[in-house]
Amino acid sequence: MLKKILITLISLMFLVGAAGCSSQTSTESAKKEPAAKETNKKPIELLNVSYDPTRELYEEYNKSFAAYWEKKTGQKVTINQSHGGSGKQSRSVIDGLEADVVTLALAYDIDAIAGAGKLAENWQERLADNSSPYTSTIVFLVRKGNPKGIKDWDDLVKKDVSVITPNPKTSGGARWNYLAAWGYALEQNNGDEQKAKDFVAKLFKNVPVLDSGARGSTTTFVERGIGDVLIAWENEAYLALKEFGEDKFEVVNPSVSILAEPPVSVVDTVAKKHGTEEVAKAYLDYLYTVEGQEIAAKNFYRPRNKDVAEKYASQFPDIKLFTIDEVFGGWKKAQKTHFDDGGIFDQIYKP
Amino acid sequence: MIAREHVHLKSPGASRFALAPIKKWLLIGTALGFLGIFILIPLIAVFTEALKKGIELYFAAITEPDALSAIKLTLITAAIAVPLNTIFGVIAAWGIAKFNFKGKNILITLIDIPFAVSPVIAGLVFVLLYGSNGVLGPFIEANNLKIIFSVPGIVLATTFVTFPFVVRELIPIMQEQGTEEEQAAITLGASGWQMFFRVTLPNIKWGLLYGVILCNARAMGEFGAVSVVSGHIRGLTNTLPLHVEILYNEYNFTASFAVASLLALLALLTLVFKSFLEWKTKK
Repeated sequence: MLKKILITLISLMFLVGAAGCSSQTSTESAKKEPAAKETNKKPIELLNVSYDPTRELYEEYNKSFAAYWEKKTGQKVTINQSHGGSGKQSRSVIDGLEADVVTLALAYDIDAIAGAGKLAENWQERLADNSSPYTSTIVFLVRKGNPKGIKDWDDLVKKDVSVITPNPKTSGGARWNYLAAWGYALEQNNGDEQKAKDFVAKLFKNVPVLDSGARGSTTTFVERGIGDVLIAWENEAYLALKEFGEDKFEVVNPSVSILAEPPVSVVDTVAKKHGTEEVAKAYLDYLYTVEGQEIAAKNFYRPRNKDVAEKYASQFPDIKLFTIDEVFGGWKKAQKTHFDDGGIFDQIYKP
Repeated sequence: MIAREHVHLKSPGASRFALAPIKKWLLIGTALGFLGIFILIPLIAVFTEALKKGIELYFAAITEPDALSAIKLTLITAAIAVPLNTIFGVIAAWGIAKFNFKGKNILITLIDIPFAVSPVIAGLVFVLLYGSNGVLGPFIEANNLKIIFSVPGIVLATTFVTFPFVVRELIPIMQEQGTEEEQAAITLGASGWQMFFRVTLPNIKWGLLYGVILCNARAMGEFGAVSVVSGHIRGLTNTLPLHVEILYNEYNFTASFAVASLLALLALLTLVFKSFLEWKTKK
């Protein structure tokens, strides 16, 4: 009796296992086919590896692009999405995640992929506006009624304020947060680097938990109720308002913030291997069209297109914005000084 | 695990005093209370959260294409990892329990590595081996194979993490039983397979089953190692636990808990199946 049961069990396992194997290989080969042949009518797949807060943006954008592409060429395109902390995503692409396009939080993370030889060094010159079809900035999200009276960066270093921001080592958004605070402190102290360092160090003393990505921090703040203020992407802050209701949270705009330019690029080696160069390029170009810009604006990203920007002007308050090139001399330098191992962040953040 | 229970039973404290009824109920009460707080309430919370917005939304969440593909991938992964670990588990446990050889202790230590090492590291090991910059990376890319950020990587990581479950269950049982019965079977003219099916297997059946069930539960639920090698592509390389996280991060709490409850249901089903088997074979 027992023997019978065991034998059936084991043979069942094998059957399922074998079925699993074979179905797996069949889907694999089915996937490879469209990549191998570049006839326009064959359905094609793209993988967009992106950072955390763009989930809603690209969900909407992918549908719009797929419809546009099919109308234009008659070819069906399926866009697969992967989201995570920007630095982590960049790392995965370097390690072999076959992204046709990357849409990350900051240029440095794409530079890192270029450094690994997967795309051209001059990638940022290939598309308009530094290859950043939309911009954003860093704002504060506080609980309704703003109980701690947070108005500007100065309020974040007060003793009784608990600040939520992700880890600059893994999150692109966190690096923008950090640099925005640093830029503010520089401006307040006439460019005194030491005072800026003290200010940011004090700010990070108020951070009880460092999540690895921007979305993790948002859920920590809104869902788990930790912290008095969340330093966040503007788009992420407004999305949280939309998802959880304006009766629970408020957005506070600081006097000064940073112009965040999340860049996009085709991953040349992968697109070539998949035979998706053309559609990948079209995918990114479409971001710059009125349709693409409208979708960005609707998802609270600041559009580059003047007409679209005007149409949504009421949505984006005027904040004095500085760029990373002006204050920090570009991403490579900022990364090296602040975020590399042994950099300033490592010196000031001691949990 | 069984070995550890043994130690507890034989510890001097347990055998020395006969328990008064109050003490007995105190103990049972504490155990039940602990179970309630740490296991039952969270389990109930998962199901209530999942069903909060109605049964329709619940089914919509678990029949949505991305969820279905996550379910399929999870089942495929378990269907490969569990039989592999069962077969190699029996072989390894047999070798260790019934034979003496040089390096036996090293082998036992090696088997424990997946338990001792953090799953994240288990995942990173495969990235180091099969990633673009890994040891085998150039070979894999030259042959147009995909290991990490694809299904094979997920299966590998899961197999690695769940390897010790079956072996660890079997070694103490097999050691306890010794080799007399098997020797007797051989002397009486049984073939190797006959001996295995009629003597060895019946002796280890419960341990084996228990190991397989634990192995299966972990294979379906593994998060850390799989998260590292998955690449998180929706509809392609997301297993159920990863899908739960994605939904949660998209503020889709109801759907997230619906999928989580499905995972919990799978675990409960395996336990029910185990009880059924126990009842059936005892009859």
